[in-house]
Amino acid sequence: MTAPDSPPFLQMQTPFAQVDLAQLMRGLGHSGWLDMRFHARGTDWIELAMPWNDAIMGSAADATCAAGPIIGLLDNAAGIAAWQRRGLIAPQVTVDLRIDHLRSATPGRTIIARGECHAIAGALAYVRGFAHDGAPDDPVAHLAGSFMLLDGAAA
Amino acid sequence: MSGGVTLPPYAASLGIVFAYTQNGLPVIACDPAEHILGRPGFWHGGVIGGLLEAAALAAAASVPGGEGKMLRAANLTIQFTRGGGMERVFAAGSIERAGRRLLNLRAEAWQQDRSRPIATATMNVLLLDR
Repeated sequence: MTAPDSPPFLQMQTPFAQVDLAQLMRGLGHSGWLDMRFHARGTDWIELAMPWNDAIMGSAADATCAAGPIIGLLDNAAGIAAWQRRGLIAPQVTVDLRIDHLRSATPGRTIIARGECHAIAGALAYVRGFAHDGAPDDPVAHLAGSFMLLDGAAA
Repeated sequence: MSGGVTLPPYAASLGIVFAYTQNGLPVIACDPAEHILGRPGFWHGGVIGGLLEAAALAAAASVPGGEGKMLRAANLTIQFTRGGGMERVFAAGSIERAGRRLLNLRAEAWQQDRSRPIATATMNVLLLDR
């Protein structure tokens, strides 16, 4: 299944190893609007970064202000982690997400979100992650969730 | 803000607006635009999440006696039930329980039919003294 309007780097069935991670979200919809970008990766995790934006997030240190963009960042990190685990870009949709807001994000700091896909059971990918603004041991938010793999069981 | 609804900066930046009042609670809405897109032709899950949070918080603000308290979002759990296509999304919250220190809130997002939501959420909000 291909998405006809996808830029080349988001073509379905592209092997993950061939994806240009630096270009993955550039200028693309909500992710591009928040300037989300690839940050780092490990064997079984991926990190995305989102620079602070006063105009969008507001300058007040309030837990209700920056929470919204963090949801999207964690959703993306988790979804890309599922592709990474499967080894390819494949159609999937978020089924559910739980976000624990541990503390307010610090205005002005770039937010880093780590996503992991820790299990795939049939057509469901189980994900988890967390977001921080400079200190991974003092996170801003935790995530747990699941994605439905639309092309069926895990490759 | 119209309808007496105060929206967080992020919600305002997204273009979320007060739409109307139903059952005494505010209904907010967001129109499709380039910046709300996830996979092509669909809303990004993070935008739907932000919309649900804003709706829940708008309902929370209507709790009597809440003026002296600060709201602090503790957690949000979202179920994405249907894909959201390129038309307006509405969202509204409701108060499941208003305790002394904690609010248990619900929210739902829909497009054509409120009885067929595209996403639902539960949210817990801490009440802190100012």
